[in-house]
Amino acid sequence: MDAVKQFDLAQLTVREVNQYLHHELSGSGAARVEILHPDGMHSIAAGLDADVAVDIMGHAGYFIAGMNKRASVTIHGNVGWSVAENIMSGVVRVKGHASESAAASGHGGLVVIEGNASSRCGISMKGCDIVVGGSVGHFSAFMAQAGTLLVCGDTGPNLGDSLYEAVIYVRCTMHCVGADSREEPLEAADEAEVARLLSAAGMEFSPREFKKVASARSLYHWNADVHQEY
Amino acid sequence: MCGIVGLLLKNRAWHEQLGELATPMLQCMSTRGADSCGLAVFHRPLPLEKRRFSLYVADRDYDWQSFHAGFSSGTGGDARLESRFNHATEVTATPEADVRGWLRRSHPDVHLLSVGRVIDIFKDEGRPEEIAERFGFRDLQGTHAVGHTRMATESAVSPAHAHPFSAGQDFCLVHNGSLSNPYSVRRRLERRGIAFETDNDTEAGCRFLEWRMREGDTLEQAIEKSFRVLDGFYTFLMATADKMVLVRDPFACKPAVVAETADYVAVSSEFRSLAHLPGIREADVYEPAPEQIYSWTLSSNLTSRN
Repeated sequence: MDAVKQFDLAQLTVREVNQYLHHELSGSGAARVEILHPDGMHSIAAGLDADVAVDIMGHAGYFIAGMNKRASVTIHGNVGWSVAENIMSGVVRVKGHASESAAASGHGGLVVIEGNASSRCGISMKGCDIVVGGSVGHFSAFMAQAGTLLVCGDTGPNLGDSLYEAVIYVRCTMHCVGADSREEPLEAADEAEVARLLSAAGMEFSPREFKKVASARSLYHWNADVHQEY
Repeated sequence: MCGIVGLLLKNRAWHEQLGELATPMLQCMSTRGADSCGLAVFHRPLPLEKRRFSLYVADRDYDWQSFHAGFSSGTGGDARLESRFNHATEVTATPEADVRGWLRRSHPDVHLLSVGRVIDIFKDEGRPEEIAERFGFRDLQGTHAVGHTRMATESAVSPAHAHPFSAGQDFCLVHNGSLSNPYSVRRRLERRGIAFETDNDTEAGCRFLEWRMREGDTLEQAIEKSFRVLDGFYTFLMATADKMVLVRDPFACKPAVVAETADYVAVSSEFRSLAHLPGIREADVYEPAPEQIYSWTLSSNLTSRN
């Protein structure tokens, strides 16, 4: 079998390609799969659980590489909403921009957006790492529970609103942080973590340029004295 | 869920292909809404005194020729008819109030969809693919077009509830989302004598913006005011005689994507419906930010992002 398998979405449906990736890929010997003409279609390479590299050659739609396990998926273009949502492991890399809710609810693995990500990037993330080369939109890392969001550009309003234990690093301007998230000093361990993520994403910045945002943990417990005015 | 699309052609040489380019955009978005569909198309302007009256009737075998004979004698003007199945356009110099009065008296079954020097609106209940085919969207020519595929969530499925909505002249709006305070907006406008045709939330938004423009605001100023008045989720795509304007609610709950080249500005709910456009691979493709007004004007041949 060829080491590289090619599919053209101008000829096949997303379902046919995904069924190959889910069922026929293992045992085929293919180490790399190339998907042509994604043309904004949804759910391409969603639900993978295989040691394979998938290259999507153009702009793609919603839910690309959702629920990814082990696979390394690269999108050579922009993606729509919810790329790599609920990622478990592996790497999802977007060479262009990502629309809303990138890596939403991600449990593990690494998501790299080389361009900008839009609103609600990393919403409810549960342990994945996210590196954004550009900027992120409003309410990014909303209610993020675990993992790290690293933003090399600016962040939109209400960053890390109602944050749990996820940590955010921001290189440029923060518009404002959300309820119960706050800037904290960048310590040696943080610099090491930033360096690790930058290296994994292949981005060259000095870890010292980054600011750290984490939870103030004041929303963790019910406080009867504040009359619900948080 | 609904689908919205818009295409403004900067390149005059492409005006003959407006329908050819915009129809696949609209049909592709039938996956976001398949209960109704509509398209507003903006033609080259008529002479100053003339107006296009876009008309809808339920009966697809309607006898437009006898309607036209009555229209010409009843409104006392020299009218020209264009008709296709259950849609027709009368072009006449007869004032709008006289046409409305005649329609009310003589043809209460015929619904007036839009009035203006450039605008024509087509809409109906049913599958977008079928509606586009029936009304011949692919053959439409013009400068810009705005379309909608509807999946109703807040009011009835009917031809009158389909988008685009129009108020005043040469203005229309399509909406993906739902407003949460349309009735309070409506009561506020009705006190000023503004009449409504449906109980649809989008009509409240459309009439609010048109009322502000009649009061002297530009469309952009009217939208600024609407941020404080309209509550709910929306991506609004609007068009006037020489403009296409896009805005998303402050939370950006509903999607939109823009693609710009030297030849056109295209807007859609999803990139998928833009993928067939010429030069799309080299286009500047971006997502509009929440609560920002994106406005593209025809006459200057320049686009501006505010």
